[in-house]
Amino acid sequence: MLEQVGDELQKALRRWTESMVGEDLHGRIEQVARNENEFGVDPFGFDLNYALAAMAPFVWLYKQYFRVQTFNIDRVPAGRVLLVSNHSGQLPLDGAMIVVALLTEAPRPRVVRSMVEKWVQTLPYVSTFMARAGQIVGTPENCRRLLEAEEAILVFPEGVRGLGKTWGQRYQLQDFGLGFMRLALETKTPIAPVAVIGAEEQAPSLANLKPLAKILGFPFVPLTPTVIPLPLPSRYRIYFGEPMTFSGRADDEDAELDKKVAAVKATIQSMLDEGLKARTHVFR
Amino acid sequence: MRPAVVVTGISGNLGRTLARLLHRHERIIGIDRRPFEGKPKDVEMFQLDLRGRRAEDVFRRNEIRAVIHMGIMHDPRMNEEEHHSFNVVGTTRILGYAARYGVKKVVMLSSANAYGPSPDNSNFLTEDAPLMAASRFSQVRDLIEVDMLAHGFFWRHPDIQTVILRPVHIVGPNIKNAPSNYLRLRHPWVLAGFDPMVQLIHVEDAARAMIEALRPEAKGVYNVVGPGEVPLSAIWRELGRASIPFPHLLARPLLDILFKYRLASFPPPELDHIQFLCAVDGSRWVKDVGWRPRYSMRETIRSVLDE
Repeated sequence: MLEQVGDELQKALRRWTESMVGEDLHGRIEQVARNENEFGVDPFGFDLNYALAAMAPFVWLYKQYFRVQTFNIDRVPAGRVLLVSNHSGQLPLDGAMIVVALLTEAPRPRVVRSMVEKWVQTLPYVSTFMARAGQIVGTPENCRRLLEAEEAILVFPEGVRGLGKTWGQRYQLQDFGLGFMRLALETKTPIAPVAVIGAEEQAPSLANLKPLAKILGFPFVPLTPTVIPLPLPSRYRIYFGEPMTFSGRADDEDAELDKKVAAVKATIQSMLDEGLKARTHVFR
Repeated sequence: MRPAVVVTGISGNLGRTLARLLHRHERIIGIDRRPFEGKPKDVEMFQLDLRGRRAEDVFRRNEIRAVIHMGIMHDPRMNEEEHHSFNVVGTTRILGYAARYGVKKVVMLSSANAYGPSPDNSNFLTEDAPLMAASRFSQVRDLIEVDMLAHGFFWRHPDIQTVILRPVHIVGPNIKNAPSNYLRLRHPWVLAGFDPMVQLIHVEDAARAMIEALRPEAKGVYNVVGPGEVPLSAIWRELGRASIPFPHLLARPLLDILFKYRLASFPPPELDHIQFLCAVDGSRWVKDVGWRPRYSMRETIRSVLDE
């Protein structure tokens, strides 16, 4: 009974996705490399049909709410790639928008995997949703395995430091982790820098309520004008930069990797600065 | 007489399956405390305890070319001390005899469950991943210890080819282990909102893997994967069962009580297997022996319902 309701809901959501993306969607899905078994899932538990249904609300946000504009999306290379983006907005909708962009707008459509926190695995429903939608627990082994299978992986080297920033720090990149650079060097993967503009304004955080976050076990708890971080309809602009390739040893000292990571960070910061200069209105 | 292959734990389901597949090609000497029902005529059977003195006689009086050690038990209802002694002492003895009597090949059955399900696990664990199962389920520490014993043996005896196989959940008709029993439930409960990818292997494929391990190419530790991985929910669909979702925060304390009063046969830590990932990468085994399971995923799943 419950299963049938689930199946009907999935079909309805999928039809919604199709109606928003248009005829184009089928052709795009054909182009996506697929690796599923007779049960419709790939070895990581990704289920394209489920994902197309689960995407529906995000496609609506993409098309109607945030009215996302992409720039130079054709720069994202074929084959293995690490998409490295700034992270903001209290809720990780920037990730979802990048994923929708690459499936529905890129000339070579990609199913982007993003790396999720380990504690997501302990959350009921969320853990299953993430797995079926192609989101993977962010261990280095998982990342390496996917890159070697020529997949596209989205990483936010700022992590929650970027996501939970307060209003005063908007569009200032926080500390970048080094893990993505080690993986890029080890697997000889190009890095595609991505700058997302608009997510900062979806939920301006006036303060991070650290004691409350501690009690709830959350990484941060923002105080926003809407109390809970409901996103405002700011307009998203997603800029894709030229792929960057690095060479060197993956097990080098942190100081060496820092230099390479700084180059990526500087590129994204300048993409952000240029994008902000070109922007005339937050909501238009 | 030609050199024999000693098979410990031969009277279990896996052992009997293995004996049936192998007895036409090899001279088999079976050792088990239990009688071997339906034993092929050419299998020589010794009904004894590996820890006893008579086990050594088997090695003293026969030329043994290989040992397949499956005489390891996992029964959460069993007295822990006896459980531990049977597994650890039994394994120590059999490895000792192998070294003393010039056996050239030792194949030991471990399990992919030795890694243990955990929210921190990568989607596919390789053979070098730490064996963490006992961190959340202390009763299985002897199963990890026997794996480590064989591991130590592998390094101490470079002249002996030691193979440790860590197969995924073994299922099949009449198999009485936890995964098979669980998949036979008519009204299965699941943890609401959790649907981990599960790997299964048919008992006959597991037996074939043990036999493949006798080949000279096989050396060291291997994860052995069956026909792949599926979400738990897909297994229940395939079996035509409607699962009953149960909140995970209540499931543990409830199962704790049910298990204590013998109303359930699953110890509470085994809930981790239907909540978190414990899937392995079997590519090393595929590469070294060209492994291919015979049973498809559908056949493997459905085999639990066969008589």
